[in-house]
Amino acid sequence: MNAKIGYLIALVLLIVAPFVIYPVFLMKVLCFALFASAFNLILGYGGLLSFGHAAFFGGASYVTGHALKVWGLPTELGILTGAAAACVLGFLVGMIAIRRQGIYFAMITLAMAQMVFFLFITAPFTGGENGLQGIPRGTALGAIDLQDNLNMYYFVLAIFVLAYFLISRTVNSPFGQVLGAIRDNENRAKSLGYDTDKYKLLAFVLSATLAGLAGATKSVVFQLASLTDAHWHMSGEVVLMTLLGGLGTIPGPAVGAGIIVTLQNYLAKGPLGGWVPVVLGLIFIVCVLAFRRGVVGEIKAMIRKSF
Amino acid sequence: MLTELLGFPPQVLFGQLLLGLINGAFYAVLSLGLAVIFGLLNIVNFAHGALYMLGAFAALGITQYLGLGYWGALIVAPIAVGAFGIVIERLLLRRLAGVDHLYGLLLTFGLALVIEGTFVKFFGSSGLPYPTPKALEGGVNLGFMFLPWYRAWVVVASLLVCGATWFLFERTKIGAYLRAGTENPKLLQAFGVNVPLLTTLAYGYGVALAAFAGVLAAPITQVNPLMGSNLIIVVFAVVVIGGMGSIMGAVVTGLAMGVIEGLTKVFWPEASATVIFVVMAIVLVLRPAGLFGKTA
Repeated sequence: MNAKIGYLIALVLLIVAPFVIYPVFLMKVLCFALFASAFNLILGYGGLLSFGHAAFFGGASYVTGHALKVWGLPTELGILTGAAAACVLGFLVGMIAIRRQGIYFAMITLAMAQMVFFLFITAPFTGGENGLQGIPRGTALGAIDLQDNLNMYYFVLAIFVLAYFLISRTVNSPFGQVLGAIRDNENRAKSLGYDTDKYKLLAFVLSATLAGLAGATKSVVFQLASLTDAHWHMSGEVVLMTLLGGLGTIPGPAVGAGIIVTLQNYLAKGPLGGWVPVVLGLIFIVCVLAFRRGVVGEIKAMIRKSF
Repeated sequence: MLTELLGFPPQVLFGQLLLGLINGAFYAVLSLGLAVIFGLLNIVNFAHGALYMLGAFAALGITQYLGLGYWGALIVAPIAVGAFGIVIERLLLRRLAGVDHLYGLLLTFGLALVIEGTFVKFFGSSGLPYPTPKALEGGVNLGFMFLPWYRAWVVVASLLVCGATWFLFERTKIGAYLRAGTENPKLLQAFGVNVPLLTTLAYGYGVALAAFAGVLAAPITQVNPLMGSNLIIVVFAVVVIGGMGSIMGAVVTGLAMGVIEGLTKVFWPEASATVIFVVMAIVLVLRPAGLFGKTA
């Protein structure tokens, strides 16, 4: 009940927000919040640390950019094409990566993503170092002009809310319960008759697809798809957002994404502009050493204590 | 016949083979360090690439400000960076005992960001030159190719260090303790061996190996704050291919991957950046535990 009221308040705030805060910044936050929430599906609920999610995020943004700019697809269809590409890529990477667990899984996803990154550098349609520029935003539902930032914002908000709802439904579904059981004790889940590899692969593909949706949306918002989004630093950033916000909590990653994106924007303007990676690294270290539950996890623990 | 092998002039083929062997030597030393660290700490050291870079910068500093020259740097830099590693282990990694191994990876990732970010801030992302030592300038013409002395030295020095590590682990008392610590640290501690000290030393040694590779690389690749940042990912792939089971496994896999990469540069240059990742994927499909890994 409390959660429902909380979400209602959050939704109202998000609807009013663009009248107070610059909408492009808000859209960036929403895209990364979606990315981190998708990532949390596989790390927080599947217990598998993927260090290669940038490949899906960046890959989908390239495909969407190409679909809109060269094929001239409608915006919605272009975004779905990008997400579908991430889905296929997630299946291929997942098939190989789930053969090992733990730290090996992290190293394998990282290496596979690096391979994809090199492919993007050499592939003719990505525009190399320049990236894909001037991606048209087009119209939503064939009528609403997305060139207008406010329209674009509500379009992105709609995508975010739908995907967020899908993620929270997934986590609370029987599928999500089995996933949690595998995370906590894979052998036990196996002994209960679950084909754990299938569950892990499905969770990975779903996570990759939604990460792709986030990347696709971001490429429409900024009208740009670039190598930055596919680089392994991006994979690291999404781990940090999820960890900082709270692993395995549904709103955590979105909160973490909000904090990190705000921080990056704030730092970039100030005298600490060149220190962003160092600051992120320090936050990483502090989170791992002293703050493993993350913001939302700590708040939850405080609430539990006081009642 | 000797003028052309498989349609390529031998200079090109052997030249790339040598480059591959050198890269392979770096892969071998770096993955060996990762394996040593993983054995005792159960941590995948993401900062390995950054510490390799730190080794190269230490060599630069030692040569410029202490006037010890290349040979002094080759000894002092690994010790200095290894000492830095010991501080990291005592201050940070030690606190992660008993926590999921993934946190070790994340902590060292953060560390890599801090170290590399700091150096980029001060030195920019372009390379600083490091001179080849006087004694190893020039080279010899072998008839089918030109062999620069320094490059030959890199391969020899790497193999020597790998051999010394093998000896340390397989033939000495400390090595026996280290292997026992990998198998069962609690039992080893019960026998009165100071396992926490052993763990610290193992991390220091692994880090020193990375720094050693960094010093070796300095005259070849220039000294660059990001020289280790992409390298570490390739080394991860090498580790996955070989499995972290054995020292010989790490060395053989490292060299083999370097050579394969070199040959790919001759026959299909576009694929040379990705070939090791492709090999990794194939190995995972055929033999998930890695070539030398124990099947779990």
